[in-house]
Amino acid sequence: MRELSLHILDVVENGVDAGAGFIRISILEEKAKNRLTITIEDDGAGIEDALLEKVVDPFYTTRRTRRVGLGLPLFRETSRRCDGTFTITSRRGKGTRVEAGFRLDHIDLPPLGNIAGCISALIAGHPEVDLLYTHRVNGREFRFDTREIKSELEEVAINEPRVLKYLDGVIRKSEAQIETAG
Amino acid sequence: MGKLTIDDLKKIKERVKRDTALREGGSTVKITVHMGTCGIAAGAREVMEALLQEMSETERQDIRVMTSGCMGMCSSEPNVTVEMKDKDPVIYQHMDANKMRQVFKRHVLLGEAQTDFALARMKEPQHEGEDRI
Repeated sequence: MRELSLHILDVVENGVDAGAGFIRISILEEKAKNRLTITIEDDGAGIEDALLEKVVDPFYTTRRTRRVGLGLPLFRETSRRCDGTFTITSRRGKGTRVEAGFRLDHIDLPPLGNIAGCISALIAGHPEVDLLYTHRVNGREFRFDTREIKSELEEVAINEPRVLKYLDGVIRKSEAQIETAG
Repeated sequence: MGKLTIDDLKKIKERVKRDTALREGGSTVKITVHMGTCGIAAGAREVMEALLQEMSETERQDIRVMTSGCMGMCSSEPNVTVEMKDKDPVIYQHMDANKMRQVFKRHVLLGEAQTDFALARMKEPQHEGEDRI
């Protein structure tokens, strides 16, 4: 994956597949600690303890369409090669939490990339799922909550092309601002 | 446009409501972008962005965009499936932003399937094992 945001998109898709109705995405950049932490938390079906070890094994997958499952192993490898940490915690019926840490100044750290494009793609594909996205850089925060937007839009769907285009622009701008603020 | 404002959102809401009040009825075209790990790594997000751009520029209200997972043909990703009412679905392979725009303008809007980009579904894989990862 060329961007960290693509890993995020991939893990969020996992959550959607697990039947999640609400997914929290958090990006925390702490320059002083030289850490970047990405957390994705869903309220989907969860993973049994016995399987939790297996989900980062590339040769394990629950699907039948192919024999490998690379999403989580790839994410873990990216964090590993950036002096990072990678943890998955899950409870059956409660949901799953994936946390990946990275050394912020590591030369192999991929760029965060096009977060706006990922969020737009997620809303377009799964308008029924709610997302809370927070991006914090040294105390400054950008927060994007689809629940607030939906309550404002009322009967108009959040995946209406014109709504999506507007939201995409807002996220793009806000992301650019928060990145330069760091 | 920098910040999300309630006013902007309200304006868009009113405009969308006014336009959609004119039509009733379901969708006749369904476009699915496959967003498995393989699709994402191969560029499905860029394909989706181009599609959403096209969607925001058309007046047509009967087109639905969806995402789905991997179909098991990871080497042909990014894949896009176009399903039109009363017609066979067409699966496109190796898509990118430009091909997506062309498929949207020609196939979705005009009904001309772009066979150059289509995946030959009934054909055997050309090389042994090509349909695995």
